[in-house]
Amino acid sequence: MSFTITIDKRKVLVDEGCTLIDAAADNGVFIPNLCYTRGKPCLGTCRVCSVRVNGKVTAACTVPVQPGMVVDVNEPEVAEMRKLLVEALFSEGNHNCPSCEKSGRCELQAVAYEVEMTASPFPYRFPKREREDAADHIFLERDRCIFCQRCVEHVRDEETGQAIFAIHGRGTKARIEIDVGLANKLTPEQVHAAAELCPVGCILEKGVGFEDPMGSRKFDVKSLRRRMLEGETS
Amino acid sequence: MTLDSVPKEVIFSHDMPAKALDPELRKAREAKVQIATISLCGCWGCNLSLLDTDEALVDLLDKVHITRSSFTDIKRIPGQIAVGLIEGGVANDENIETLEHFREHCDILIATGACAIWGGVPSMRNMHGLEACLREAYVDSPTRPVQSAPVVPHHPDIPKLTKKVYPVHEVVQIDYSIPGCPPDGRTMFKVIDDLLSGRGFSMPPDFNRFD
Repeated sequence: MSFTITIDKRKVLVDEGCTLIDAAADNGVFIPNLCYTRGKPCLGTCRVCSVRVNGKVTAACTVPVQPGMVVDVNEPEVAEMRKLLVEALFSEGNHNCPSCEKSGRCELQAVAYEVEMTASPFPYRFPKREREDAADHIFLERDRCIFCQRCVEHVRDEETGQAIFAIHGRGTKARIEIDVGLANKLTPEQVHAAAELCPVGCILEKGVGFEDPMGSRKFDVKSLRRRMLEGETS
Repeated sequence: MTLDSVPKEVIFSHDMPAKALDPELRKAREAKVQIATISLCGCWGCNLSLLDTDEALVDLLDKVHITRSSFTDIKRIPGQIAVGLIEGGVANDENIETLEHFREHCDILIATGACAIWGGVPSMRNMHGLEACLREAYVDSPTRPVQSAPVVPHHPDIPKLTKKVYPVHEVVQIDYSIPGCPPDGRTMFKVIDDLLSGRGFSMPPDFNRFD
């Protein structure tokens, strides 16, 4: 069943049961996000897709569309808040784009471009989180993790369904951990998929890197905005 | 040694007697928008990016006059100017002095490049601490002359290192930032041209680059 909702003062037709973030994308309204993957269960961890729904700020990936819903996406105050959320992520970890292999394919970087971030107003923390290289085919650059939990929820052992990644500790001491035994059972394709699923340069494939030169990388060729509006899943 | 303690008979290069400028040339220069650039703890790559605007730079020079910069080798900003471009982060007390001099004399101060914005490559020392870095470079260095005692360079004329490398906006108020390592020449040109034309600062996604 279809009904109309209002996004940025424009009436649009949406399908029942659809998530607000997908409904907006289908109607040409881009909402940046870092933890949501189209077609996969919602995580609601990053809050970067925050919009105003019927006057209250909420994450667009967590809201199923309802008839008559009034949504503000690009209203300046909400847009500024999303920008601040992204800027906070940049100061919380070590996001050294010039030295990162993921640069140009990194969703955090692409989202920062979309929200027109130039510098983070927050003090940079420069956390020290040790790199993990025990797995045969995966590097874990822990200081780049934004704790979106995509890998925790969506990358699992095929036989047992057991999680391979987990977050250890809380607050400033939190860090991403990997089950080396289960990770070593992953096929090269699954390792590649896990690295692609990571929205930052935290999960990296060993033995490959800098495949595409600058100008030909994923988001150089086609922006994140265009990819999302065209319904690409990752 | 501070500037005040320099003996009176010492003449700085910017105080050297010079032939007076042709009055018309001086008038033409003063009519243009005055710009200054500097690199603090950076690699001068952002300044090179400004040169990388190629022929657009010729058009730009019709509208702006570059005062203090590496291109002109002028050491002090003469009076109040419109725009200052800062490259590099803050890593020693000389950087702080220069940055404050720029803030005092520039109406608009722009941080250019990753080092000015968040510390960049030099700020990788923040994860290890200053002492560990100096120890690695001068005491435990494999290339240190074995016959001499290990010495960490220290002299009143050598700027004191700050414990951490800081983004420039953590030291003075910064008006705008141009990301990139280095920023693209066309992005630098766009920002300056926008400001000169009264369009204000904007960094649309297709101009924004962090690497």
